[in-house]
Amino acid sequence: MKRALALGGTLLALVILNIVLPRVTNPYYFQVLMLIGINIVLAVSLNLVNGFTGQFSIGHAGFMAVGAYTSAMFTLKIGQPLAASWHFLPAPVAEGLVLLMALVAGGLLAAVAGWIVGLPSLRLRGDYLAIVTLGFGEIIRVLILNIDAIGAARGLPGIPQYSTFFWVFGTAVLVIVVARRIATSTHGRALFAIRDDEVAAEALGVDTTRYKVLAFVLGAFFAGVAGGLFAHFLSYLNPSSFTFLKSIEVIAMVVLGGMGSISGSVLAAIVLTLLPEVLRSVKELRMVIYSLMLIVLMITRPQGLLGTRELDLTGWFHKLFGRRADPKGAA
Amino acid sequence: MKEPLLGIENVTMQFGGLKAVCDLDLSIRKGELVGLIGPNGAGKTTVFNVITGVYTPTQGRITFEGNPISGMKPNRIACGGITRTFQNIRLFTRLSCLDNVCVATHPHRKAGLASAVLRTPAFEKDEGALKQRAMEMLEVLGLAEHANEPATSLAYGQQRRLEIARALAGEPRLLLLDEPAAGLNPQESDELMHLILDIRQRFKLTILLIEHDMKVVMGICERIAVLDYGLMIAEGLPAEIRANPKVIEAYLGEETHSK
Repeated sequence: MKRALALGGTLLALVILNIVLPRVTNPYYFQVLMLIGINIVLAVSLNLVNGFTGQFSIGHAGFMAVGAYTSAMFTLKIGQPLAASWHFLPAPVAEGLVLLMALVAGGLLAAVAGWIVGLPSLRLRGDYLAIVTLGFGEIIRVLILNIDAIGAARGLPGIPQYSTFFWVFGTAVLVIVVARRIATSTHGRALFAIRDDEVAAEALGVDTTRYKVLAFVLGAFFAGVAGGLFAHFLSYLNPSSFTFLKSIEVIAMVVLGGMGSISGSVLAAIVLTLLPEVLRSVKELRMVIYSLMLIVLMITRPQGLLGTRELDLTGWFHKLFGRRADPKGAA
Repeated sequence: MKEPLLGIENVTMQFGGLKAVCDLDLSIRKGELVGLIGPNGAGKTTVFNVITGVYTPTQGRITFEGNPISGMKPNRIACGGITRTFQNIRLFTRLSCLDNVCVATHPHRKAGLASAVLRTPAFEKDEGALKQRAMEMLEVLGLAEHANEPATSLAYGQQRRLEIARALAGEPRLLLLDEPAAGLNPQESDELMHLILDIRQRFKLTILLIEHDMKVVMGICERIAVLDYGLMIAEGLPAEIRANPKVIEAYLGEETHSK
């Protein structure tokens, strides 16, 4: 009963905000908000690989690109004509359905890519794994640059703007819930064990191969979905959005938030999306200050904002309103 | 004749030109408490690594409960009933004590990933059972009060006990202990001896023990095998080993803790 209420309440809040927000905020703020949502999905999904499992993956933009282009092509070739033929459905519903199918298609293909990258990388550790993932990201980008059918260097324009607040933040909530449920289960413990000591984990019966691939596949899936949301928001795709620099931006969020902390990734995604915008007023010094802040943060607090802990919102709530705080505290 | 629980037959482990273990023959019967001793570098931990699948023997074979296990992956062997502790403690540093032990219960899970994400009743029940099993192990090892503390906050002796709790949680039939008394003071090693005998009886275990502390070895082992430079130079009852001239010679110049 409690879970049904939570689910219903979340959906209702999303629907209401979806209707209200575009009308009360100015388009610039709304755009930043949407980017925050997409970055949350990216950061939490990368956390599954780098934070939970301790695998050094620096090609996340590659999975995002696969998802973005796949979902865009799906919508353009199949989805849009399909939505047009559904006269009996109101437009937002038809568009939402098409977007859902496009996102799933993008996510699945990205997951396959995650599997392809994950398997050979299992024999590699640390720096070597990083190089392979970096290489993969670049291969994807260069492939896209050279495929005329999806726009190559000119890019892919005309993607219908089906991404609404509902879908972007609905996905963000979904990814957070999924990550949290994995983290607090035996499967999450298996991932953490692999991160902390792979030899010991294997000696206790954990199938390290299977779980490392699983982390890659799951992380890639959600990165692909984030790519799809991005494509249907920006309405135009260009390979230059999916460079190594983009991968680094997502890593910065995971590291800043604290590897292994879901709420840390969310917090850092918000901060690092807002920061460049807030610094726009400083014009030329913007990237300098941004970079300096990252450096200072990493020197003074290398474990990230939240380390491996999670934000205990229910604990704060109880403290604020007088009831006894939950002694379980941080995860 | 009854089949041994663990059979090591003509096992050689060679790394390039170095034979870490040379033509080893060792059988361990169900319920035994066997000691594996020898000077540093004799190949004892390598034997453990070969048994648990970290290495595939260059020659020879290993059987467990009659089935060949040489060449199997470590996690399959662990699920099959052989768990171990490590010479240098290998705890999961960022997990709590309870979570460390819970990892060992993972092979016994019933609920898959989908159930975990959907939080089905079957999953909740499964998680409860796994956590309960882990808590029981902590209680047996006297660590229950530290369940939610980080594993690294424990004292050294407690960390060694936590590793044992973890190895036990996997419900093994054969337990390999790698220098469990290392770094312990005389009182702690005394407690360890009683602990090992206690868990052997309680969980009907067969135990193979690597140890340098002669008090512990002579105190609890029913049978002792001695390695030196990868070769087994003696095998027998503690009294026989203690008087064996080859064993004494191998240890000459080494500090022993015999009493």
